[in-house]
Amino acid sequence: MADKPLAVIAGDGLWRNNQALVALLGLCPLLATTTSATTGLGMGVATAVVLLASNSTLSLIRHLVRPEIRLPVFVVAIAAYVSVVDLAMQAYFLDLHKALGIFVPLIAVNCVIVGRAEVFASKNPLSKALLDALGMGMGFVWVLCTLGGLRELIGQGTLFAQAQLLFGEWAEGLTLSLGPQFHGALAALLPPGAFFGLGLLIALKNLTHTRLKQSRGTGAVSSGTRRGSTSKAPT
Amino acid sequence: MSRPPVLAAAALTLGAVAAVGVALVAATHGLTAARIAANEREALVRRLAAILPPGIRTDALLRDAFEARDPALLGSARTLVYRARRKGGPVALVIAPIAPDGYGGPIKLLVAVLKDGTLGGVRVVADSETPGLGDKIQATKSDWILGFAGKSLVNPPLAKWKVKRDGGEFDQFTGATITPRAVVKAVRNTLIYVRQHRQTLYSQPSAQRAAEKKGAP
Repeated sequence: MADKPLAVIAGDGLWRNNQALVALLGLCPLLATTTSATTGLGMGVATAVVLLASNSTLSLIRHLVRPEIRLPVFVVAIAAYVSVVDLAMQAYFLDLHKALGIFVPLIAVNCVIVGRAEVFASKNPLSKALLDALGMGMGFVWVLCTLGGLRELIGQGTLFAQAQLLFGEWAEGLTLSLGPQFHGALAALLPPGAFFGLGLLIALKNLTHTRLKQSRGTGAVSSGTRRGSTSKAPT
Repeated sequence: MSRPPVLAAAALTLGAVAAVGVALVAATHGLTAARIAANEREALVRRLAAILPPGIRTDALLRDAFEARDPALLGSARTLVYRARRKGGPVALVIAPIAPDGYGGPIKLLVAVLKDGTLGGVRVVADSETPGLGDKIQATKSDWILGFAGKSLVNPPLAKWKVKRDGGEFDQFTGATITPRAVVKAVRNTLIYVRQHRQTLYSQPSAQRAAEKKGAP
């Protein structure tokens, strides 16, 4: 735990211990804001920014904070960063902020963030805590963006509609469309569609993971020695 | 170390973290407050400009507002009414009524009524209607809401201010009747309100002036 190689830290967040697909944390914003690729991406990035800030801060002050006040300190620091992100979004991405609604201030109670603070940042040096935040954050971003894209594509036949909310006016051309005759399956945009989509992504992730493991040969790869054995495996 | 000093140290740490956090949020607020206010204003101006005749100075419009009190017709206890004037003469009113009986909750609207009683346009400001069904009332999702422009209480006649399923003139959506019904009713009620108060709407003091009067004994 204490001496994980850097590649493992990054890989954990992006894939092996992906907070959304494996740990199943932060599902409330995940299910609610992924009605399009744009809102999913926006929500993911906002969460990742808070995670980066909180992980690095809490790693820096980890020796000053006594265990008794650990959680209150986490909560105060995370809440402060969420307020900052909330205000900054209102100032620079007002339309996106409107589209995400209450879920921006609610990043403060996203379990991913306090989870990484407790499990990782409060026990590791700054460089590793930053990498962990980057991995976990990007892992959350790609899942939200993929699920949003999936639901948007099935639900209304477009991809990155309203990308201008995120990237400014020039991005209107980014929108892909299956054409006006595609009316979409509304169910994908409704809350049940979020659950179906998430289930599908989890299943796909597990399937790919198993396949990858099998193709690496020797089958039983235990979690502790996995990395060492694969990196030394003959090519 | 005995117990009290440990606790005191912990309390100090927590206090320090809280102080730094508050300072950070306060600084961000200070840096962004003006921009956020400008953003909100710009968003409102853009919405207003879309439903008003061209050439109206929107900054004057925002100052020339008062609160109407007619919950029965306008859907909330206090409703903002903006007045648009051109060269001193009244041109249009923009009213912000609420349709209380939407499918997913109240629907906030902006309704522009020109001086002759016809509609300049209607827009949805906020709603919680079903995505894909009821949310077609939004101008970004469908053209339905644009159909109100140019309508009035005589075109179509009052009895026809309903969705088609209720024997009226306005389209409903496939799979969603309650939402357009609520919007049509709210717009009709707004027009009725304007007709009832035609004499006084343009001559009432604006809220700012009214507030000043109240402030000075």
